[in-house]
Parts: sequence; structure tokens; C-alpha cells
Amino acid sequence: MIMASQIVRRLLRSQQANSPARVSSLLLGRTFSTESNPIVATLFPGDGIGPEIAESVKQVFRAADVPIEWEEHYVGKEIDPRTQSFLTWESLESVRRNKVGLKGPMATPIGKGHRSLNLTLRKELNLYANVRPCYSLPGYKTRYDDVDLVTIRENTEGEYSGLEHQVVRGVVESIKIITRQASLRVAEYAFHYATAHGRARVSAIHKANIMQKTDGLFLKCCREVAEKYPEITYEEVVIDNCCMMLVKNPALFDVLVMPNLYGDIISDLCAGLIGGLGLTPSCNIGEGGIALAEAVHGSAPDIAGKNMANPTALLLSAVTMLRHLELHDKADRIQEAILKTIAEGKYRTGDLGGTSTTTEFTKAICDQL
Amino acid sequence: MARRTLPILKQLCARSPSLSPGLGSTRSVTYMPRPGDGAPRPVTLIAGDGIGPLVTGAVEQVMDAMHAPVYFERFECNGEMKSVPPEVMDSIKKNKVCLKGGLMTPVGGGVSSLNVQLRKELDLFASLVICFNLPGLPTRHENVDIVVIRENTEGEYAGLEHEVVPGVVESLKVITKFCSERVAKYAFEYAYLNNRKTVTAVHKANIMKLADGLFLESCREVASNYPSIKYNEIIVDNCCMQLVSKPEQFDVMVTPNLYGNLVANTAAGIAGGTGVMPGGNVGADHAIFEQGASAGNVGNQKLVEQKKANPVALLLSSAMMLRHLQFPSFADRLETAVKRVISEGKFMTKDLGGTSTTQEVVDAVIANLD
Repeated sequence: MIMASQIVRRLLRSQQANSPARVSSLLLGRTFSTESNPIVATLFPGDGIGPEIAESVKQVFRAADVPIEWEEHYVGKEIDPRTQSFLTWESLESVRRNKVGLKGPMATPIGKGHRSLNLTLRKELNLYANVRPCYSLPGYKTRYDDVDLVTIRENTEGEYSGLEHQVVRGVVESIKIITRQASLRVAEYAFHYATAHGRARVSAIHKANIMQKTDGLFLKCCREVAEKYPEITYEEVVIDNCCMMLVKNPALFDVLVMPNLYGDIISDLCAGLIGGLGLTPSCNIGEGGIALAEAVHGSAPDIAGKNMANPTALLLSAVTMLRHLELHDKADRIQEAILKTIAEGKYRTGDLGGTSTTTEFTKAICDQL
Repeated sequence: MARRTLPILKQLCARSPSLSPGLGSTRSVTYMPRPGDGAPRPVTLIAGDGIGPLVTGAVEQVMDAMHAPVYFERFECNGEMKSVPPEVMDSIKKNKVCLKGGLMTPVGGGVSSLNVQLRKELDLFASLVICFNLPGLPTRHENVDIVVIRENTEGEYAGLEHEVVPGVVESLKVITKFCSERVAKYAFEYAYLNNRKTVTAVHKANIMKLADGLFLESCREVASNYPSIKYNEIIVDNCCMQLVSKPEQFDVMVTPNLYGNLVANTAAGIAGGTGVMPGGNVGADHAIFEQGASAGNVGNQKLVEQKKANPVALLLSSAMMLRHLQFPSFADRLETAVKRVISEGKFMTKDLGGTSTTQEVVDAVIANLD
């Protein structure tokens, strides 16, 4: 408990210089762990290859002595009337209580009368920012070797508000909404993330020369937040230039903050730069300090149960979750072990060009720790 | 005849760079112009902002050196103006063809983009960006040969925004069947005329079901009229991911306005950069040729002062313009000269990794004209 209070004091001091009450509440919303007080985290293994890769994560965390206790929840077979979807109320309450979670790939069942699982999670937990750290994995060669950037995408409004209607036959309107509140929220998080992880630059991506009021409002909010963090360089880049610079020289970017649609496209583009969705970690941040790390790839039903799946994405997402919990040394150790295993090349799963099974790959990582 | 030389030229350039010195002697033997075709044609020239005057000057010099049957009517127009001056519009409507350097749009300034204004008034509904690997220009991706055809008048760029209450702003994205159909028709026609095998529609219809759904419906209808051309659809985020990992799978791509902007810039970036990719805007009656992607990017002050802007994009666009005006032999000569300069690699501007100025590149191109 003494250690916890010391950490709290240190954090408060460092945050006093530049953040409003909101950020400290974001931080203090979490529990700090000690040796005797493991953090409880919700785990959604998901479908398809989900359970296998979740098992990998549990093994690696056990081998690294991470003080986390997992509370597993599964997607139900029937629609829960309280949530209008296959996710039960208990699962959502568990995430709200624990404030951290890890989610494997979930296949949305086809049919009507229920909300998609991802949409349910997003709306119920108010997950407003999607964070994807993209860095080149040494040893896995892609055309780009020097990628080291983080994309932070506003996740609730923008072009994905879902408000469309047919005006007359053959004419459809779709409404893009940008609010000051949501833009401020995601900009705050972006700058807080940059400070917490030692990043030097935040770039806001926009198309304000054409969409002057909407992206203009987004930029105004980013500028306001930037003034509160004078030690971080802030720049604005038009999205077409950004795309071009990303494919020519991704080392030019550090942290990117964007509205919903651009964020979707750019974060997938960056995932493509480092090797695809099977290697990309992702974390959703919600109000009240909730962090739900997830693997963004699909559930791959064709290789489910065959011990062939690549757990890297879920492992790296779990590392992102650890960083959010400020367990930086554990996170660093696990990340290094993963990168070293991939770099050595002896144990690689099928999608990376090797022949190892999931369990062999996991064991190799545990050995590296 | 132009239709035959372009694919042959492209194949030869792509497959064996060593053949390019000998390319100048390839000539289409069977060409019969109509009497009077050689009369000089007027073309409106808008110099633009920033590096615009530099690169349009380069085009004028090269056209002069080639004695091409075009003469330019120059007009002053810059991005600060509230709207395009009426004499410029009249000239374009008379000449039907225009060559343009970039027009800068001030960010968030309350001035609507002049590029967009021109496109709307002249109803230039399709914007093309042609992305291909130039031999001699090292890039991370090989076998890039993509044409991005982008709807140019509606979509997210309709410019209909308003503040609902303070702090909440709405922007309308409008998709109509009429516009989607005509750009889809243009895309398939382009593929048909240029012997292209596949047309890919880029969309986000899993989220924007009605808007992009309407776009896809129009594309599917048009596709059924061209059974020899393969048609497929791809979601825009997956598309960007595939572009950076496997660009060789794409051929012709047709997209609504905003996605087209992103996809075109990504494709141009992987093929060598916006400094070398040609492009243009075309409508039923008029055509404007300009630097392919990122037409609003007019470079920075340093580039203008040091005169190190890259003229290759506009030179290749002017070759496109010469073909559009039905002067294929001049277009071939210009393209061959530019490709030779790039493959030799001695005169390249800063964005391609060299140190030459614009003038040096222009002189090299003129020297390589045969």
C-alpha cells in the first residue's frame, strides 16, 4: 500500500504541470498493484482461434509473474435482453468494475434483432479512443523497417454515426458529426499518451481545407489541448499528404490523432506497413479509465483448434494493456521476449512463414523471459 | 493508334529498361491524320501558386522545343481568390482543354477550394491518377500499374456543412445514383479502351450502408454491361492495407470522392511520389490536366526559392493532354524523353533523391527529345 501511495504521489506531481482534473481522474480510476494485490482483468477469449491465443497470453503472463488475475467471460448463445446482444450484462459489468480487459477476436453472428458485438462494447463502455501502436517487428521483414508510430482514432462519432437516409430516389445523404466534446476528449488522451510514453510529436490529421467547419472544429480542439502541453511538438497534416508521406517515409510520424473515418483507414494502412492485422496490437480507451485491449484480426474459423494460430497480436495487445496499467517493466520484458523470438526466426507460426505451432511459439517466448 | 502504342510502350518500359534508349525509334507505321489536324490548338494555362509557375514554365519550354502544335493562353489565378475569374472560365469553355499548376487552398479559411470550384462548374466528374513504376526510380514496391478513377463532384466534398449548436458541427455526404453511374461508366470505358483487365470498386458499405451501398449498386449495374472486364469490390481500409503490401493485384480502381483522394495519394506514394504521377480531371465537354495526386499541395517556400520542384508529373500530364488532343507522336516523344531522363538517373529533383533544379531536369528532357 505504501508503494501504491508513493506511485500516486509521483504521478500527481508529474501531472500537475500540465493536465486538468480529467486526466488525473483517468489515471486514478485504476487500481495499482502490489505483490499481494493482483489486478483483476476481464478476459474475453472470443471465437475461433480466440481460446488458443488467450491461453498463450495466460501462459506468458504466468511465466513473467505478472500480477493479474483473469476473469473469463464468454459470449452467450442467446440474446441478453438487458444489452440487446449476445454479450451478457455480467460481462459488461465485469469490465466496468475491473477497468481493464483483453478481448480476443469475436465473430458477429449473422442475423437480425441484435447489435453487433463490437458496437455493443463500444456504446456500453463508451470507448472513445482506439490506440494502435505500430512498430516494425525486427526479424519479420516487410518493405518498411523503420515504422514506429501510434495511431489514435476517435471512435464514437464522425462519419460512422450511422445517420443516413434517402432524400429522394437515387439521392442518399450521410451525416458526419463532429462535436467539441468528443474531439477534446480524444485530443486530451492523445497528448496524455504522448507524455506518458515519452513521445515527442503529435500530428493531427484532417481535411480541413475542404471540410472547413467539421475538421476545422476538430483542429481547433486539438490546438487548445496542444497549448496545455508545450513540451510536445504539435503539427497538422492534410490527410492526402499524410498518406503519401506514410508510404514513402513512415519514420516522419510519431503520434497521429484523427477523427473516425481517417483513423480507420490510416490505422489499417499502418498495420499493413508492419505486416498486417495478425501482428498489430490495439487498445480501446473508455470513459473512467477503462482500457480494453483487443486483437483486431478475425477469428479465423478455418484454423481454429489446430494449434496453428499466431498469438502475436493478442500478446502485443496484452502488453499495451500492461503499459496502460503502468506496469512498464513487465511490459518491456514480455515485449522484448516476443520480439526476440520472432527475430530469431526459429519458432514462427505459419502466417509468418514458419512451421511452429501456437504452443511451441508460446513456449519459446516463455523461455526467453 | 494511340490506344495501341500506350500499352506497348508501358510493357516495354516495365519489362526491359535496357530497351528504353532504343524506344525513340519505335513509331506507329499506320497513322493517317485528317487534313488540318496539325493546326495549333489553344490550351488554357493556369500557372497556379507555389511551385505552379515553375512547373508550368517547364512544360512551356518543352512544348516549345518540340514545336508541338499547341499554344498556351496564360491566365493568372491564385488560391487566395474567392472564385475563379470569369475570363479564365470563358477561356476554358472555349478551348475545352486546360493545363494547370496546383491551386493552394487556405486551411480552414472560409474560402472554398478553387480546385473544387473548377471541377464543379465545368462538371469534371472523373479524376484520374495514373500510378506506375518508372524504370530507374527505386521504390519499395514493384509491378505497380494502377489507375485510380475518382468521382469528383459530390460525396464528402459537397461542402454542405453547418453548426447545429455551438460545439456540434454536421457535414453532409451526398451520393447520387446519377453521379455514381457516370463515373462507373467512365471507369469501365477507360478499362475497355485501354485493355485493362479488372475494375475494383472501393467503398465502406459495411458502415455507410445506404450511401456507399448506392455507389456499389451503380457500379454493379455498369459491370454487367462489360462482361469481359472482371469486377470486384474492396473495403477502403483493407484496400489501403493491400496497397502497401500487394499493390500488383490492383488495376483500375473506381471510388467515391474522399476515398479516392486517399487511395490515389497512397498509390502515387508507393509508385514513386506525387512529384511524378500524372493525372487529370475529365468531364463530358472539358478536360483539365494537372499533377496527379495532391493537386492542392503546392510545395513550400523553400522549394519555390531554390527552384527545385519536380516537373515530371506535369510533363507526363501534358503528354496525356497531347494524346487527348490527338497528337500521339508528340506525346510519345515527350514521354520517352522523360522516361529516359528518369532511368538515367543523373538529373533528379530532391523528392526523387537527387539534387537537380527544375531547370536542369527540363534541359535534360529537351536534350533527350528526338
